[in-house]
Amino acid sequence: MAFQIESVVEDKAARLTLHGELDSLSARVFQTEVEKIANQDIEALVLDLEDLNFMSSAGLRVLIYSKQKIGPKLAIYIVKPQELIVDTLEKTGLQHSVTIVDQYPA
Amino acid sequence: MATDIRIDYYPTHEQQGIKFRRGHVLPFGATMVPNGINFSIYSSEAIDCTLVLFERGEAQPFAEIRFPEEFRTGNVYSMIVFDLDYERLEYGYRMDGPFKPEEGHRFDKSIILSDPYAKAIGGRDTWLAEPNWDNIYPYRSRLVFEDFDWENDHPLETPIEDLVIYEMHVRGFTQHPSSEVKNPGTFAAIRSKIAYLKELGINCVELMPIYEFDEWENSRENPVTGGLIVNFWGYSTVNFFSPKAGYAATGKFGMQVDELKTLVKELHRNGIEVMLDVVFNHTAEGDHRGHTISFRGIDNKTYYMLTPEGYYFNFSGTGNTLNCNNPVVRNMVLDCLRYWAADYHIDGFRFDLAAILGRDQNGAPLSNPPLLESLAYDPILAKCKLVAEAWDAGGLYQVGSFPAYGRWAEWNGKYRDSVRKFLKGDEGLIGEIAQCIQGWPDLYYYRGPTASINFIACHDGFTLYDLFAYNEKHNEANGEHNNDGGNDNHSWNCGVEGETDDAHVNQLRHKQIKNALSILMVSQGVPMILSGDEMGVTKFGNNNTYCHDNELNWVDWNLLDKNADIYHFARHITRFRRAHPVLRSRTHFQHRDYAGSGYPDISFHGTQAWHADFSASSRCLAVMLDGAHAKSGTIQDDTIYIAMNSYWDALYYELPQLPNGRSWHLAVNTDMPSGEDIYPVGLEPKLEEQGRFLVGGRSTVILVGK
Repeated sequence: MAFQIESVVEDKAARLTLHGELDSLSARVFQTEVEKIANQDIEALVLDLEDLNFMSSAGLRVLIYSKQKIGPKLAIYIVKPQELIVDTLEKTGLQHSVTIVDQYPA
Repeated sequence: MATDIRIDYYPTHEQQGIKFRRGHVLPFGATMVPNGINFSIYSSEAIDCTLVLFERGEAQPFAEIRFPEEFRTGNVYSMIVFDLDYERLEYGYRMDGPFKPEEGHRFDKSIILSDPYAKAIGGRDTWLAEPNWDNIYPYRSRLVFEDFDWENDHPLETPIEDLVIYEMHVRGFTQHPSSEVKNPGTFAAIRSKIAYLKELGINCVELMPIYEFDEWENSRENPVTGGLIVNFWGYSTVNFFSPKAGYAATGKFGMQVDELKTLVKELHRNGIEVMLDVVFNHTAEGDHRGHTISFRGIDNKTYYMLTPEGYYFNFSGTGNTLNCNNPVVRNMVLDCLRYWAADYHIDGFRFDLAAILGRDQNGAPLSNPPLLESLAYDPILAKCKLVAEAWDAGGLYQVGSFPAYGRWAEWNGKYRDSVRKFLKGDEGLIGEIAQCIQGWPDLYYYRGPTASINFIACHDGFTLYDLFAYNEKHNEANGEHNNDGGNDNHSWNCGVEGETDDAHVNQLRHKQIKNALSILMVSQGVPMILSGDEMGVTKFGNNNTYCHDNELNWVDWNLLDKNADIYHFARHITRFRRAHPVLRSRTHFQHRDYAGSGYPDISFHGTQAWHADFSASSRCLAVMLDGAHAKSGTIQDDTIYIAMNSYWDALYYELPQLPNGRSWHLAVNTDMPSGEDIYPVGLEPKLEEQGRFLVGGRSTVILVGK
């Protein structure tokens, strides 16, 4: 499935919904979306990953990039990630930098 | 982006739809640049070079681009290729040139060669997943993201004398089902055992080789079990810059770099350093009958030591010898170690068969080896620990004489053998044991005790348990009719060869393990224990388990219960060492009272105080370390008295008198059952009788004077 992304900003939370596979090519699209919201006054980045099937090393980097670009106070929520994505986050130790939830707001 | 306006980041050439231009000669390897990837490779004798590009995992390349002659600078071919998907890319080279083995050249342009500077290798992504044996390019060079969110991490720079090293095999540590971890046998699994490592009290893990190697190398059927014999230990490097993908739970996704860096970061966060066992003495390409993977096809004469007839010198015992003191190879080794220190935050390196690194291109030992000197004085490696296995398979034995430049420490093989023989009950060892306890000043007078990495067991040879359970090696499972592995084990089976239900024998074995751990942890220098020895792991008498991916090499965590007394002892004796700075001196003892305490910094005793028996028939020694002289007299510590008795009967040891107001307290008595064999630091009971102590046969007693 081709990568797709939708973006909405409301109540100081940017909500990005990702579909398909997040690899080195689609990571650039993802990063561009993050850059668009980086200058806005947001406190939470909510990534709806229910329909994301795969996240590569490049995808992981955009998560880190988001935190560094927007600031350390940014809370990143991963909503309903598939097991493979959770597994990847855990094995690479990135689960400590994000909050995995079933829905946002909780 | 500002980089977009650079005029040298646009293509000048196009072939098969691929756009490219002349590249940058440095750095070697494949490097991401704006809009593309810079490829750079060295060969002194090739006459032509072709870059070969694959989609990840595809059987055939999607492009082959010959380097135009104007892209060569000196002996370096470089090229920038644009618009490549760096996560999906695999690349290699074809090198054209003479195939004249008698002149040292083995070029063969039909073979696709791996980049010596590749940062990841594809092809063995999951441990022991059967590869496609018809693959035209089995070890594929890949790119990696070199960025990583290290946060505030940096190498710990723990003083070397304060380390307690734990030698560990990544897969062997957690692969056994009893480890009960989520991703057994991986970097990720080690993370879940960090709490255990802290509890044990170690503060440095030394990882056996994690550079990419091929576990399938020389694989064959096990003649005893019918199972598969593999290259388990990994002392056979395919690529020096790449972490082993098969050790990563994420290796199949190409994320082994992130997983390893996360492990290093987590270990550091818990105060544990990471040292790598690095193998620069040879490669996986073997001798003249071996496979051409990389170096042999790129520049055979540069990378390997060759005989005048063009065969490979074999100082490593594995078929070839890397030509480490060739300036090009020397720079590669330096680049490699700098990369691991800077990009992976590695704290130190242990060099396998390091004596080879001091040989010249014809194999002769150098008095001032340029590689060793370069490593010692390198600014990036300045705070890294450098540890040599100071011998090689060609007979060069340099324990005590390794060219150190004030930086290098050594695996002290003499320490290992002396302590083993002493514990076994051999005579004539008291002088050597006195040296062991002091950090062996006879060997390291000018280098200090920290030059001595003390160990009694390591991956190579018997485990600590097997040292007291087997008189002879039992290597039949290795398929070499028990001819492989050393015969100089200096072991003693305590009366029965192998496993036994005899409670007396088992009790004695446990006591001997505790004796060994005690002597190791009170010796000046840097102690190292083999992973699993703290719970009495066994390899069932096999002293060369390089080829077994099974229980012979997997730590059986059930032993924590079975041998609970050993584990209890081990974690308290490491704490004892770390609690007492007098055991961790950076300088040698002076055998005099320079602190004005009334006692010399070290004194030797025996069954009579102040009278050590160094005669040939003696098996008794006691040592007193005066706490006022801790850390050269800069720190006040307790006084430590260590009584060692390798005689089979109990003997009274007369205790030296302490200054008024201080008394002896019992820290360790290996002759006692668990619960009374070691006391937590600060809770040592005061001796009722201060004038003498009955030291059991084959026992060690440690007293604290406070």
